[in-house]
Amino acid sequence: MFEAVAFYLFATLTIIMFTITVMTSQALYALTAMAAGMIFISAFFFILGADFLGAIQIIVYTGAVMALYAFGMMFFDTTRTLVEKRSNPRLVVVLGGLAAVLVVLIVLAPIVTTNINAHYPIDPSVGNSQAIGMVLFTKYLVPFELAAVMLLVAMIAGIVLAGKKMDKSLTLMADEEIALMHASSTQNTEEGAH
Amino acid sequence: MDMAFIIETIVKIVVILLVFSALAGLGTYFERKVLAFMQRRLGPMHVGPFGLLQVAADGIKLFTKEDIIPQNVVKPIFKIAPVITAATAFMAAAAIPFWPQFTVFGYTVHPIVADVNIGILYVLGMMAIGLYGPLLGGMASANKFSLISAARSAAVFISYEVVSGLSLLAPLMMVGSLSLIDINNYQAGGIGNWIVWSQPVAFILFWIAAFAETGRTPFHLIANDHEIIDGFGTEYSGMRWGLFFIGEYANMFFISFVIAIIFLGGFGDGSIAGAFQLLLKVSFFFFFFLWTRAAWPDVRPDQLMWLCWKVLMPIAVINVVITGFVMMF
Repeated sequence: MFEAVAFYLFATLTIIMFTITVMTSQALYALTAMAAGMIFISAFFFILGADFLGAIQIIVYTGAVMALYAFGMMFFDTTRTLVEKRSNPRLVVVLGGLAAVLVVLIVLAPIVTTNINAHYPIDPSVGNSQAIGMVLFTKYLVPFELAAVMLLVAMIAGIVLAGKKMDKSLTLMADEEIALMHASSTQNTEEGAH
Repeated sequence: MDMAFIIETIVKIVVILLVFSALAGLGTYFERKVLAFMQRRLGPMHVGPFGLLQVAADGIKLFTKEDIIPQNVVKPIFKIAPVITAATAFMAAAAIPFWPQFTVFGYTVHPIVADVNIGILYVLGMMAIGLYGPLLGGMASANKFSLISAARSAAVFISYEVVSGLSLLAPLMMVGSLSLIDINNYQAGGIGNWIVWSQPVAFILFWIAAFAETGRTPFHLIANDHEIIDGFGTEYSGMRWGLFFIGEYANMFFISFVIAIIFLGGFGDGSIAGAFQLLLKVSFFFFFFLWTRAAWPDVRPDQLMWLCWKVLMPIAVINVVITGFVMMF
């Protein structure tokens, strides 16, 4: 009974939160609602007994990914409502609707054919994190390592892109040096324009 | 799930909420007294014996103060931000064993709300969400200084989460479990079995990260005292501001519990003596938070980032690698 109550409660909350995320024109509402929705999704993992994945969902999506979005939003004035530019609303509706129908079909297909078998059912003798570790490092070792390599590539690319002037620290430079640096950089761009 | 379990859980939750809200209030009193003695002052003196009722006076002031919501703020977010800070601090407490199990009138009580087998991960996750309090509060405030402070606090939280997670990895590898009770039982053999002896580096790193995660003084950039404002809390008044405070102090207590349980043996074998030792250890760590505030200045934001990414994180990674090699061979 509790599982049912919890499921319907969190399902409703999740849907409401993500609806707000999509519908609102206020960037701060969208950010908050999405963070809350990510937390409510973790409730489903907890209901299913996958504690490890639930905690990871909170840490990764809410703690890290959403916080990075928040960093991006620091550059906007988040207290104003945003005027969105809609050039082709029909296309958006058609593509969005198609995507939604596809997702529903993908999820429904195994339920309709009653063909759901857990490949790796939860083993009560080992803990949650151990079970995931075993599957990840035996059956899914190659995709797991591939994902790790991809993350490494992304990290190095990010450092290379962001680290162009990392050897100079504005806080450690005297005012004249900063002025000199600005002057030389503007000169460079002017030369480039010529 | 039977009725007794539900009632027991609700009672535990209420007790934890009441005890730690009261402790958060008392924490401010201790902080003022400790700071005062270290600076050769007297601290709060006039309200009640030794100024003890100062806590009540502050509470009454906060509760009865007018709740001002400035004109240009994003109202719902502005209102909910302090609640996030306080709520996540208390939610983290759900997986912390505060006391060994004991028997009252033939009924065994487990002083932990939810004995999940990923306790420490849950606690870290909840503390990670605590970031949203300052962040949303600052972004919704329509105030430049609040926004800058929110950005700074987000940077500090995200950076030091890496350090606290990596430093915990080494002890967790030794224990082989994420449950705080298992970690405690691993060290039940007495003072020689404490993880701090085999993982001193991880202990120091996690301790440093704890200061950043609770926003205490050497890393107190989230509330920029030197700008003579209260950082993200500049636009807040009354109890909404008080909730930020309760969250911060509750977090200090909970992270003290976590450090004591993971590195210093926790409640040991579960005897009464072990239980009181746990409280002593927690008091020491809480006192240390106040001591540092009296003894150290704040570091600059760029020094803070330098310390995290160029010093602490490499040490933590090397520590994990060495632990792995030692365990393998």
